[in-house]
Amino acid sequence: MSLNWTFIGQTITFIFFVWACWKFIWPPLITAMGERQQAIADGLSHAERAAKDLELAQERATDQLREAKQEAAALIEQARGRASALVEEAKSAARDEGERIKEAAQAEIEQEVNRAKEALRVQVATLAVSGAERILGTAVDANQHSRMLDELAADL
Amino acid sequence: MASSTQTSAEYIQHHLTNLTYGQFPDGSWGLAHTAEEAAAMGFNAIHVDTMLWSLVTGFTFFGIFYAAARKATAGIPGGLQNFVEMIVDFIDDTTSSIFNYKNTLIAPMALTIFVWVWLMNFMDLIPVDWIPSLAAAMGIHYMKIVPSTDPNVTMAMAMSIFVLIIYYSIKHKGLGGFFAELAFHPFPKFLAPVNLILEGVTLIAKPLSLGLRLFGNMYAGEMIFILIALMFGAGLFWGPVAGVMQWGWAMFHVLIISLQAFIFAVLTIVYLAQAHEVDEEH
Repeated sequence: MSLNWTFIGQTITFIFFVWACWKFIWPPLITAMGERQQAIADGLSHAERAAKDLELAQERATDQLREAKQEAAALIEQARGRASALVEEAKSAARDEGERIKEAAQAEIEQEVNRAKEALRVQVATLAVSGAERILGTAVDANQHSRMLDELAADL
Repeated sequence: MASSTQTSAEYIQHHLTNLTYGQFPDGSWGLAHTAEEAAAMGFNAIHVDTMLWSLVTGFTFFGIFYAAARKATAGIPGGLQNFVEMIVDFIDDTTSSIFNYKNTLIAPMALTIFVWVWLMNFMDLIPVDWIPSLAAAMGIHYMKIVPSTDPNVTMAMAMSIFVLIIYYSIKHKGLGGFFAELAFHPFPKFLAPVNLILEGVTLIAKPLSLGLRLFGNMYAGEMIFILIALMFGAGLFWGPVAGVMQWGWAMFHVLIISLQAFIFAVLTIVYLAQAHEVDEEH
């Protein structure tokens, strides 16, 4: 159980394995682990940023939606106002037109009446002359009595 | 038991004797056939079984870890790489929590010590008679398969670390600084000789305690396995009892081998951290 050459042999063996581990095992493993750690950290921060972006985008979308809704409501309101204005305009235009047509018709009627009166007046004069001729039994000289006849016609 | 004609003492003696190749007192070289012959060889001998199994376990470590390291990827690790990385990460964390200096050797050395010592200790869990019986069937008289029960192994590691402690102490503190640390602590300068003795003992105690702790624990554990194994031949009652004890001690021993491997690795880191530590003047 005493120390012997095994001690020397074991020292060399120990140094060999430590050296082998130092040169061939440790560096690649630690490098790979560090790289993976970095990749995971990057991935996590990316995910965080993406989540934040998403939140911002959602907020913006909500804002835009609300704005659009408001705009649409305003438009509808405007359109409704315009429509009622149009209807009002049309109504008043129709009323005016009706008024105008009515006036024209009235004027025409008046004209017709006047014309009829005129015609009647002429006829009455003739009728009166012929009536008088029959009563008197003589012809009434139109030229002679034209002044009287005109007066009569004007009275009608 | 290796053979029914052995006494218990012979059985134990047999299991505690290394396969020794060395120089006989008459000057010729060869394998020792008895424990006395082996002891008579003195320093001019080598434990063939210790060398063999430490190399087997060492290359097992190197093989597994190198296989993982060669195909190491920063992407998704496979099963082997995962397992290896778990150990590497554990050692790396342990090292960086104790050792705060720039030295790329320390962590790989701690990894080597942890895994290699664990594997050497693990040989203890192989039932004590299996491999020696196999060796006996092949005509080899002695086969001690747990390298860490050989003080040559533990002390070789401890002394290598001791050399590193001295080397890094001188490198970082300078020869004068290292001497000052030994001579001007803990008492004032005029008591330097007393300080030197105290600090010298502390310094020497580091490798001795490091190597002998592992050796002592594993040697004691091995001895208990051997004693339990002796019980197997002690009749119908004691045989099953020994079976239960073997199982129980093996369970417990799993803790011990891991703990001892970890202690060895951590103390190595601690001692080397102390060697790097440049003290303020006292």
